[in-house]
Amino acid sequence: MADKAIGAVMVVGGGIAGIQSALDLADGGFRVYVIERSPSIGGVMAQLDKTFPTNDCSMCILAPKLVDAGRHPNIDLKILSEVTGFKGKPGNFKVEITRKTLSVDLDKCTGCGECAEICPVEGTNPFDENLGVRKAIYVPFPQAVPLVYTIDRSMCIGCGECERFCGPNAIVYDMEETVTESIKVGAVILAPGFEEFDPSKLTAYGYKDYPNVVTSIEFERMMSASGPTGGHILSPLDGRIPEKVAFLHCIGSRDSSLGITYCSSVCCMYSLKEAIIAQEHTPGLKTHLFAMDFRAVGKQFEDYRIRAEEELGIKITKNNRIGSIEEDPVTRKLTIRYIEGDHILDEEFDMVVLGVGLRPPINGDYLARTFGVELNEHGFTAHSTFKPLETNVPGVFVAGAFRSPKDIPDTVAEASGAAALAAAVVVEGRGDLVTEIEYPEERDVEGQEPRIGVFVCHCGTNIGGVVDVPGVTEYARGLPGVVFADDNLYTCSADTNKYIANMIKDHDLNRVIVASCTPRTHEPLFRQTLKEAGLNPYLFEMANIRDHCSWIHMHEPNEATEKSKDLVRMTVSKARLLEPLVKPRIPITPRALVIGGGLSGMTAALEISEQGFEVDLIEKTNALGGNLRRVTHSITGEKPQDILKETIAAINERKLITLHTGTEIETLTGYMGNFDVTLKDGAVLKVGAIVVASGAIEYKPTEYYYGRNPNVITQLELEEEMTKGAFAPKNVIIIQCVGARDENHHNCSRICCTTSMKNAIALKKANPNTNVYIIYKDIRTYGFNEDSYLEAARLGVVFARYSDESKPRLSYTKKGLVFRVFDRFTNTEITIAPDLVVLNAATHPDPKNKVLAGLLKVPLTQEGYFLEAHMKLRPVEFATDGIFACGLALGPKFISESINQATAAAGKVAAVLSKDFAEAEANTAEVDSEICTGCGTCIQVCPYSAIERGEDRKAVVNAVLCKGCGTCVATCPELAIDIHHYSNEQLYQQAIALIKNGGGA
Amino acid sequence: MTKDKFEPRIIGYLCNWCSYAGADLAGVSRFQYPTNIRVIRMMCSGRLDPVVILETFIRGADGIMVGGCHIGDCHYMDGNHHAQRKIWLTHAIMERAGFDPARLRLEWISASEGDRFAEVVSELTDQLTKMGPSPIKGEKPDLEVLERIRAAQRVVEDFRIRALISKEYKLTTEGNVYGEVLEEDYIKDTILEAMDAEYTRNQILMETTDKAMSVKEIASAIDVPSPAVLNHVVRLRQKNLLTLASIDETTPKYKAMGGGM
Repeated sequence: MADKAIGAVMVVGGGIAGIQSALDLADGGFRVYVIERSPSIGGVMAQLDKTFPTNDCSMCILAPKLVDAGRHPNIDLKILSEVTGFKGKPGNFKVEITRKTLSVDLDKCTGCGECAEICPVEGTNPFDENLGVRKAIYVPFPQAVPLVYTIDRSMCIGCGECERFCGPNAIVYDMEETVTESIKVGAVILAPGFEEFDPSKLTAYGYKDYPNVVTSIEFERMMSASGPTGGHILSPLDGRIPEKVAFLHCIGSRDSSLGITYCSSVCCMYSLKEAIIAQEHTPGLKTHLFAMDFRAVGKQFEDYRIRAEEELGIKITKNNRIGSIEEDPVTRKLTIRYIEGDHILDEEFDMVVLGVGLRPPINGDYLARTFGVELNEHGFTAHSTFKPLETNVPGVFVAGAFRSPKDIPDTVAEASGAAALAAAVVVEGRGDLVTEIEYPEERDVEGQEPRIGVFVCHCGTNIGGVVDVPGVTEYARGLPGVVFADDNLYTCSADTNKYIANMIKDHDLNRVIVASCTPRTHEPLFRQTLKEAGLNPYLFEMANIRDHCSWIHMHEPNEATEKSKDLVRMTVSKARLLEPLVKPRIPITPRALVIGGGLSGMTAALEISEQGFEVDLIEKTNALGGNLRRVTHSITGEKPQDILKETIAAINERKLITLHTGTEIETLTGYMGNFDVTLKDGAVLKVGAIVVASGAIEYKPTEYYYGRNPNVITQLELEEEMTKGAFAPKNVIIIQCVGARDENHHNCSRICCTTSMKNAIALKKANPNTNVYIIYKDIRTYGFNEDSYLEAARLGVVFARYSDESKPRLSYTKKGLVFRVFDRFTNTEITIAPDLVVLNAATHPDPKNKVLAGLLKVPLTQEGYFLEAHMKLRPVEFATDGIFACGLALGPKFISESINQATAAAGKVAAVLSKDFAEAEANTAEVDSEICTGCGTCIQVCPYSAIERGEDRKAVVNAVLCKGCGTCVATCPELAIDIHHYSNEQLYQQAIALIKNGGGA
Repeated sequence: MTKDKFEPRIIGYLCNWCSYAGADLAGVSRFQYPTNIRVIRMMCSGRLDPVVILETFIRGADGIMVGGCHIGDCHYMDGNHHAQRKIWLTHAIMERAGFDPARLRLEWISASEGDRFAEVVSELTDQLTKMGPSPIKGEKPDLEVLERIRAAQRVVEDFRIRALISKEYKLTTEGNVYGEVLEEDYIKDTILEAMDAEYTRNQILMETTDKAMSVKEIASAIDVPSPAVLNHVVRLRQKNLLTLASIDETTPKYKAMGGGM
C-alpha cells in the first residue's frame, strides 16, 4: 500500500503526560520520538516533593518511569529540542526538529559529573526555582534522564576546564549550535504542560520585594528533601524556621482583573498538601489557608481535607480572596487582612505562600501555530466534550495541562487516552519501526563451576579519585570463583561494553560483575551486554562502590577501599549462586471483555476495536447508554442524546464487537492473556484483557421530602422535566451536596456544581423571570467549568452558602414549600417559597461493585468505588495485570473525563492484546511442594493474587503474575517458599561475606 | 583507623525502590557518613524474614538497618506493612532473648531522602559504637546469649508465630472471617503470648538436648517459674518433642527427642 501509516508517533513534551503517552505507545509496538525543550524529561512532577492525596514521594514514583522511558528500545528522547516545522496528513506527517547542541556530545557523555565538579562558575538553579545553586555545566536534577551534562551558555565563561577533565571527550566547544532533522511519524501528541503564573506583576503581594513571600512551587522545592534547603522550610530572609505560614489561593486564577477567569483546578489541593507536609516537617508550625471556595473534587480528596482540618488543625478560611500583603518594615512579618463572619481581622505570618495558577505553556501559541491547532479563549487547546483529546487537526492529539489545568491522575489518563487515539491512527504500522535486537543463542551454563569476571570502574575520578581501584581489582582476582578481573575508566561506555563481551568469550566467563554505580540505573545496560555475548542476563550482579562508597567516604580513602573490597566480595558470593532465569511468557488471547454498556464501556469497546481487536461488551440491563440516557443537554451545546444514538449505532455496526445485554458475569477465572468467563445467560468467553466500566448510581435522597412531595426532584429528574416543555417554575431552589460531603458520605461528587450551573443557565435562558437559587457549601466549578459559574451569575442566578452547622431547612405547609437557609456569605437568614426544589443528588458507588470486585479479585475503596493500582500514576489500571477500569466505576467524573479514561483503558488493553505473548518478571517466588502444608497464609499476603491452591490444596505461584516482592517468602509459616535472584541462601552468603574479614569497618 | 576504637559492622537490608534509591541519592549529593554500613539490596522490605535477620546477627553483625518505603509508598502495595510487623516481632523476640533490640533498626527512607539516609546511618553507627560489639560475634561469643538467639531463631521459624504475624495486618485492617476488624493491641498481645510460649519451649528443648532434666531443674536453668515450665513440658510431650527419660525417685526427668520444633 502506498499510503500505509507510519508506525511512529511524536510526543511533544517530556513531562509526566508525554512520558506516559510514550511508554504506552512504545509498549504497543510503535516507535516514539519524545521532543523535550529542557535537558531532561520529568517536567514539573520531578520538582514536586509529595503528591496529594496520598502524600506519595513524587520522585519515588516518577523516577522508575523516567528510567523506563530512557532505556526503552522504542523510545527516542530528543532533549533540548523544539518542533520547527510540520506538514503532511494523518498517518504520514513530516516533522522538523531543531536541537540545541550546547557543546556536549550526548552520545559520549556518561553522566559521571566530573565536569560539574571542576567547573568554577556557580549560578542559581532554575530546577530549584533559583533557590539552589548549580554549575555552568550541569544536570537539572540527580535523577535526570538522559543523564547527560549540558553547558548553560549564559553562565559559561569558556575557561576550558571541563573539556580538560572530561574522560570520554564528550565536550566539543566548537560544535554547531543547532542541528535540524526531519522525522516521519503517523500521529502527534502535544503534551507541553503548563507555565506557572508569575505573580511579580501583582505588586500588592510584594513578591520579590518581601523575601518571605514565596510561590507554591518555590515552597515545594524547599520542602523537598533533595531541594535547596534539604527539606527544611526556612525563611528566605534570615534562614529562620517560620512559625506561622499563610497560603493564599487563586493567585492568577479566577481573577477577571487579570483576564484569567478560569480555575486552575489543582491549587486548593496542592496548597493543602504543602500545609500538611510543612506541619509534618516542622513541629509547632501553624498553617492557615485563605480561599474563596475550597475545591477538593478528586477521589478521596475530601477525606484528605477533613483529616487536615480535624487532625492536624490546619485552618481553612473560605469566602476570602486576599488582595494584598502588608510587610512590617522592621520585623519583616507579613500581615493579612481577612473577613470572618462579621469581623475584619488582621493576622501576622512569618511566611506567605502564593498559590500560583496554571497558565498555558510558554510555547503554547507557537505550538498551536506550528501544528494549526485551535486554542480556546483561555489560551489552552480547544476540544469538544465528546472528543476531548482530539484537535481540529486530524492525527494531532493533546494530553495534560495544555488542554486545561489539571492534576496528575487526570493528566496520566489523558496521556494514555491520547496514546490510544494516536495508536488507532498508525495501527497498520504497528511493529514496523520497533527495534528488535537479535541475540545470539544463550550459552548453557548448567552445572558449570562459576567462572566470574569482575570489572571495576574508575568512573573517571568519581571512584578512582577516592578508592584504590587497581587494588580492588587485584583483590577481586584472588576471590574464589573469579577467573578474570580488570579495571576500566568508564565501564558504561560503549567501547568498554564491547570489551566486556569479548572478555566473556575469551575467558569463558559464566558470571559477570561490574563494580561501579547503582544497579537501579545501570543494571539493564550491562544485562544487555551479557545477552549480546550469549550469556543469560541474570548471571550479572553489580557492586555499588560509587553511590554507596566513594561518594560518601570522599575523605577516607583507605576505609573506602576496604569497603569496596567488601562490597566486591559480597557480590562475588552472590554471583556464585546466580542461576540463569527466563522471563515467563504468557500467550495472549487477542480479545477483550468490557463490563458495562454506558458511555465509558461503549467508548472502551469502540476504541479497542479501532485497533483491530475483538471485544465482548456486556450490559446488565437490556439497553445501552447507562447514566447518559438521562442527560438531556450539555453546557457546550452538544446534544447528548444524539451522540448516544450515534455511539449505539456504531457499536451495533462494528463487526468486531459482540454485544451481550441483559446478562452479567457468572464466573471468572484465569489471568492476563487468558481469562475464562461465563455469563449468566450461559455464554462462555475467552479473553485476554478486561475493562471494568460498570458505572455508578444516582443517590436516592431521604432528605427534604424527596419522594413525598412531587415538587422535590433530583437533578437528573429536572433534566427529564425540562425536555417535556410546558415547564415554567417561578422559584427554583437547587440544593447542592445532597448525599455528598455529609457525615455518611465524605467525598465530593465533583460534577454537581457544574451540572447545577448548566441547568440554572438553561432555566434562566428559557425564562429570564424564573428565580433560580443555588444553595451550596463550596462552588466547585474547577477548570473551565468556572465559565459556567460566571455565566450563571451574569444571568442573575442567586447564590447562598450554607455550612454543616447551618444546613438548609425545608418545611412543607398547606401553602406549599418554605425554604430557609442562613447564608454564610452575607450572614443573613434567607426565606424563600419555592415551587420547585432540585436536589443535587450525589453520585454513589453501585452496591453491586462488591460482587464484581470479588469475581475479579480487585479492591474497592471504603466508599465502594473500584480502587486503581495507584492514585497518581496508574489511574485506569488494577494491580492485577490485564484488568483495567474507567469512568464512574472509579469515582464521580464528567463525560469528557469518562471518555478519556475509557480511551486510556482501551489503549492499555490494545497494548496487551497486540503481543503474541507477554513477558513477566523472572525473579519470581517458588513453593517447595514437599514442605508446603497448604495453610494458605501466602495467598493472603500476596498483593497480586499470584498464589493459588493446586489440586492437592498446596500453594502454587503463578510465575506469570508474580512481581517478585518476596513478601510470601518471609511469610510462609513452613519456610517452604523461596525467591529466585533474592533467595535466602543468596542473602545469607552476602551477609556472611560482608561480615567475614570484618572485625571492624 | 586506630585499633582501639571499636567500629561496628552494620548490614543494611534496603528495598530497591525507596531506601536503596535514597542511599543512591545520599551518594549523588555527596552526604558524607561513616563507612560502617554495607548494603544488601532486596526488592521489597517485606522480603526480609526475621530468620534472616537473626542469622545475620549470629553470623556476626553488630547492627542491622532495614530500609523500606514510607507507609503508603510501597512499590508492591503493602510490603512495608508486613515488614513493620516482622520487625516488631523480631524486636520483641530479641528483647525476650536478652539481646538489645536497638541493634536492629527499621527506617522508612524515600528516594528523595538522601540526607535522611546519611543521618540515620550516622546516628545508628554512633549508637552501635557506644553499645560496643555484639555479644555473640567474634572469637569468643557469649555462648549463653548465642543459645538464646538460636532459640529465638527457632521461634521465628515456628509455624504458629509466622502464621499469626503474617495475618496480623489483614486482621487489623480488613477484618477476620467474621467480618470483625481486630484491635491491634489485642492481636499483638496474642502474638506476644504465643512468642513467649514458643521461646520457652525452645529453651526447654535446647536445655534437655544433652541431658534429662526435671521440671525444677529446667525452671532454674531458664529462669521461668516451674508451673509454667510444667505446662510447656506437657505440651511438648503431646507434640512428641520431649520424652520422659527417667523417674528419679518421685521426680520425672525429661529429654528432648532430637531435632528442632
